[in-house]
Amino acid sequence: MVTILDPTDERVPVERQITTRSGILTGTIGLLDISKPRGNVMLDELERLLKQKAPEVDVRRYAKPTFAKPCPQPLREEIRNECDFLIEALAD
Amino acid sequence: MSAQQPIFVLNDLAGNPHSLSANRYSLVCFVKEDCETCNTAAPVLEAFHKAYGDTVEVLLISQSGDDTATFAATHMLSMPVLDDRSCKTAFEWDIESVPSVFWIDESGAVVSKFEGFIRADWEALATDIASRTTLPAAQIDWASLPAWRPGCGSKHLDPSVYDKLRAAADNSPIRARRIDVAASDDVAEFMFDQGFSDGLPLVPPTPERVLRMLGGTHRNPQDIIATVPPNMGEATVEKIAINAVMAGCKPEYLPVVIAAVEAVCTDEFNIHGVTATTMGAAPVMVINGPIRHKIGMNMQLGALGAGNRANATIGRALRLVVRNVGGASTGGVERSTHGNPMKFTMCFAEWEERSPWPALHVERGFDAEDSVVTVFAMTGGPTLIVDQPSRAPDQIAGSLGLGLEGVFLPKLRNLPVDALLVVCPEHLDTLTREGAYPKERLRDRIQEVTTRPMSEMVMNETSGAGIPAQTAEQMGPEALQKTVPKFAGPEYIHIVVAGSDAGKFSSVFHGWATGAVGSLSVSKKIDLG
Repeated sequence: MVTILDPTDERVPVERQITTRSGILTGTIGLLDISKPRGNVMLDELERLLKQKAPEVDVRRYAKPTFAKPCPQPLREEIRNECDFLIEALAD
Repeated sequence: MSAQQPIFVLNDLAGNPHSLSANRYSLVCFVKEDCETCNTAAPVLEAFHKAYGDTVEVLLISQSGDDTATFAATHMLSMPVLDDRSCKTAFEWDIESVPSVFWIDESGAVVSKFEGFIRADWEALATDIASRTTLPAAQIDWASLPAWRPGCGSKHLDPSVYDKLRAAADNSPIRARRIDVAASDDVAEFMFDQGFSDGLPLVPPTPERVLRMLGGTHRNPQDIIATVPPNMGEATVEKIAINAVMAGCKPEYLPVVIAAVEAVCTDEFNIHGVTATTMGAAPVMVINGPIRHKIGMNMQLGALGAGNRANATIGRALRLVVRNVGGASTGGVERSTHGNPMKFTMCFAEWEERSPWPALHVERGFDAEDSVVTVFAMTGGPTLIVDQPSRAPDQIAGSLGLGLEGVFLPKLRNLPVDALLVVCPEHLDTLTREGAYPKERLRDRIQEVTTRPMSEMVMNETSGAGIPAQTAEQMGPEALQKTVPKFAGPEYIHIVVAGSDAGKFSSVFHGWATGAVGSLSVSKKIDLG
């Protein structure tokens, strides 16, 4: 971790930028199972709905080895290279 | 000797925490595995522990990280050997070398302390411990030990370690918000994402770099130098230092950046307007005085261009302060139609030694030995004025004048607008080949050769700019025959000398709205303590 000092007048909190939303659903959607129990149930249902309502969209499935650790870098890169969107299933 | 030492909590090799015990004698020794003198002292310390350990708490504080175990094993040490791999305790105890011994009484007061291996010191210590504890003296063959061996430098004094420790210390002068960038994030990308950048990469302003930068000024880090428009953010010395680090400045440049921030944030200079105007104005900084040489500024070959760190980063640091502390982001308050490269950086030094004229800062009322920054609000430049054949002084002065016709629009005259003329050495030599050619004469010559009848300023089919037809009609033909020069007065023409000895090419910066309506050039003396 690197610590840097804020060069601004500190009126604005430090925030991550959210990628601009296009409002259009095209390309490939990744469904990431974080490997918590029943995450696959939710993602199966999402995949079914996507195929039904947006048949032109490709769906790819991914799974983290464990929910307890950050996503491994190779998997992040794989998802970034293959997908336009990602839905992550968090819940039990 | 009675000073209380700072409290510490450090783990031994088994991971158990230790601190100084209350109501008990302590013998603390800082060591490093790769220090020969520490290896000489280790058996003595072990003998002390064996002899006095029941009454005296013997603690070794090691700076060697994972190699601490090797050190303990080599000497079969039986006392706790504590891990101070960050060197925080060494920093707080303010030692200089290892081994560094502290003999501490039951109240926590230091009875004696010494560094290195001077046998007499260690023997005296053994005697003192035995006497105070009434325990039999430790069995040590003193004669087999060296009489004198210097210690090694404490690891915490390594500059990279020391700056980190200083930045993290409780009495650190740093007050700015600390932002932790995760290891998985690229810090350069993070700074772009946060909008800290002018579009070019930044040097990460780590606390240790900012501390080093603050070493460049005698000013208190929390002194407020200016409130920076448009957000009226407070530019403390610390905030300026952070932006100076990001810009790539060396610490010795910081006083120049501070003076520049002070100069642009005056009502006269009006950095808000300079930033906001769609004309795309930017501060042009000219540096005068001894500091030019001290920090290695370029005033000769390529002075107005790239390649010199001081010129490039001082100008950039000023821009970053306006952006980050003032909040002037492009598309926000920064609203230039085109913008220009001076918005990144524009800073150079005058080649005073090459010039027969009073230097810019002297003209403006400072002593020659003062170091001074002068800021001009300029919309364009450097624009080249090319004249290679002229050999007569008035010819070259005439060309310099004609080269200024382009300010705003060649057709427009009598302008209350600044121009900053940078005369190159070869043009200067032609100007002065027949004797002195004072700046006043050059200004007058510029006005002379640019003087035209006002009739040429009237709007026409070629250009609608200038005097409106209706106004011209009201003025009548006689009034329109009156002649006017390019500038409303010679005082709008600022002249400095810079550039290489080769090349008959002078340059000019074109001004913005000069005066109370827009911006006035401002000079500030650089505070070098």
